[in-house]
Amino acid sequence: MSGSKKMVGADAVLRSLEAEGVETVFGIPGGAILPIYDAMARGTTVRHVLARHEQGGGHMAQGFARASGKVGVAFATSGPGATNLVTPIADAWMDSTPLVCITGQVRSNLIGTDAFQECDITGVTMPIVKHSWLVQDVEELPSIMKAAFHVASTGRCGPVLVDIPRDIQEAALDFKYPDSVDLPGWKPPTKGHPRQIKEAATRIAAAEKVVLYVGGGTLNGDAVKEIKELAELWRIPVVTTLMGKGAFPETHELFMGWPGMHGPKWSNYAVNKSELLVAVGARFDDRVTGKLSAFAPGADIIHLDIDSAEISKLRHADVPVVGPLKQILHDITGELRKLQSAGATSRTEPWLRQIREWRDEFPLRYTKASGGDFMKPQTVLEALQAQTADRDDVIFTTGVGQHQMWAMQYLLCNQPRSFITSGGLGTMGFGIPSAVGAKAARPDATVVCVDGDGCFQMTCQELATASLEKLPIVVVLVNNGYLGMVHQWQNLFFEERRSQVHLTHQVPDYQMLAEAYGAAGFTVTNEDELEAALSEALTCGRTAVVDCRVDPAEGVYPMIPAGAAAIDMLEYQDPQGAMA
Amino acid sequence: MKHTVSVLVENKPGALARVSTMFARRGFNIESLSVGPTERNDVSRITLRVDCERHSIEQIEKQMHKLVNVLRVSELEPGEAIERELALIKVHAPADKRHELVALGEVFHARVADLGADAMIFEVVGSPEELDSFEELVRPYGVKEMARTGRIGLGRTSATAPTPRKHHV
Repeated sequence: MSGSKKMVGADAVLRSLEAEGVETVFGIPGGAILPIYDAMARGTTVRHVLARHEQGGGHMAQGFARASGKVGVAFATSGPGATNLVTPIADAWMDSTPLVCITGQVRSNLIGTDAFQECDITGVTMPIVKHSWLVQDVEELPSIMKAAFHVASTGRCGPVLVDIPRDIQEAALDFKYPDSVDLPGWKPPTKGHPRQIKEAATRIAAAEKVVLYVGGGTLNGDAVKEIKELAELWRIPVVTTLMGKGAFPETHELFMGWPGMHGPKWSNYAVNKSELLVAVGARFDDRVTGKLSAFAPGADIIHLDIDSAEISKLRHADVPVVGPLKQILHDITGELRKLQSAGATSRTEPWLRQIREWRDEFPLRYTKASGGDFMKPQTVLEALQAQTADRDDVIFTTGVGQHQMWAMQYLLCNQPRSFITSGGLGTMGFGIPSAVGAKAARPDATVVCVDGDGCFQMTCQELATASLEKLPIVVVLVNNGYLGMVHQWQNLFFEERRSQVHLTHQVPDYQMLAEAYGAAGFTVTNEDELEAALSEALTCGRTAVVDCRVDPAEGVYPMIPAGAAAIDMLEYQDPQGAMA
Repeated sequence: MKHTVSVLVENKPGALARVSTMFARRGFNIESLSVGPTERNDVSRITLRVDCERHSIEQIEKQMHKLVNVLRVSELEPGEAIERELALIKVHAPADKRHELVALGEVFHARVADLGADAMIFEVVGSPEELDSFEELVRPYGVKEMARTGRIGLGRTSATAPTPRKHHV
């Protein structure tokens, strides 16, 4: 073989990563992956960030991918190392994050014998990966690595897994990284159909009450510029899903918020009263639609997506267009320009006025604290927004729960890839490790993890990674001493019977815990101290944890109860007296 | 409504598991499944029988298309495909019933594959519906055991070859 080099499988893994342009990987070594870590010690251009838990390593790789648009890479050993990666893999699957997971496996001759730290990880992860490979011949390793990166990042992005037995890592091969992949069954769509694009443009041109419903696929499809051009050309209001947050500037006059369970009333009204709903890389998730049959009942649907299986999966698409969103949106805008030249004009002004009226009539609201022991959680988010408003170099990550929803409502993101959260799987503990990964991807950015106290305690060991790897992050802890969202549901739907949700404000001492991890710790109990503490945390250049003590009685509103029609929202409920 | 889906997959480890896992995960029930070699030794054919709505079968096909090992998915439309199945049926057959059973078998071109003191094994090939009928007929004699292969099928040569359904061109 010309241009090939003799080496062992472990080296071939690293040379493959280098050939793919991978700069950073996240992981933890262990027995079955020792040869790869040894190859790392012998020299590579790839930076390895040592996580404290494989789940943390996986979420870091996700944060890296989501902040950069590149493929995230996570390493773990066999057995428990690999099973600890299952949650990040499932999360990446639900949120379409390109992820290559490389796991060590027991030696080939031990597979199937219940050997020490053996686990059939390709079997365990089969329903939550795009594809996986158990490498059985070292000569196949380069082509498998090439295929893994290709599959993870083409079509609808998602996770793949390469499981490499230890003897394969130690076996010699002639290494040559292939230029192309040989995957006859993998043919993601390359172009939206012109006739469908024309039909979509014609319908948009004629519509009065039209809404662009923009999802995370718009970010994955690198179509942020194109969605803005389309919206501005035809004056179309835009709502984004949680995953799509930041795909359209949130201070733009055409931005109309976020539809769904905790979206503002005006956003849900806009979607529900629309006559033409253009779904762009969005999948009609139940947290957006509520009761499906009552979702935008009068709207025709144009559905643009890279994944044909999303078309009419939940809601019938009147005009489906399957392909890369960048090209499809560009071409729709082009068709609209042609229609414009022929005399067509946008007819959306009255509709825009109507949505703005709803916005003025039903703003997000809450009752400010009047003294007392706690701040209001919304106040914390408003203060964070105020301190970061004019900056385009801030990335937010979140955990999952009440704090996540307040972050969605109160932090306005104007930049793509500036809001990184676990949407589909709803993985508590996603915030801190994904922030570390985002910081590795964008060292110049200020990365702020808005976390809850429940989430924090699931993955706070990665503060050690942040400190030692010089990847400083700021954790703004919305600490209500409860598993807040569960608490809220128990209050609303289980007659206020509180069951196993009280984490307390007593333990741990977050400031001390932060300091134990080499980070700066702040405790804020009073709104007067908030601004100074946030400001110091954001500028200190170290990893910082700001423990903000907030009112446990505060709920996230408005709220569409699960399974209810989006239009039947619960309005803000002032907790004073009711729950405190 | 029942549908027969023919899937060509790369002959690679785990290909069948990926297809069947997808069915289980998405909540689709498989009524029968058979897998075997094709004219190409690097390609296997999986024939699936599923009972579901038109909307679901479209979802199934699209989800299968996304599997990396899946090369082609096509539905075998009734009337445009030949579908066959093989059954082995062990029937209680005391000496005084043997003639009757053999005569019954002849109607279905069923071969007696094995004969014992009080039982015989029929080997019968036909459309799955024919096999159902034969099974019904011999059941009163006492079916001790039965094995069926599940249906396999090919598009008719007279009709246009089964083409993958076009998805939202």
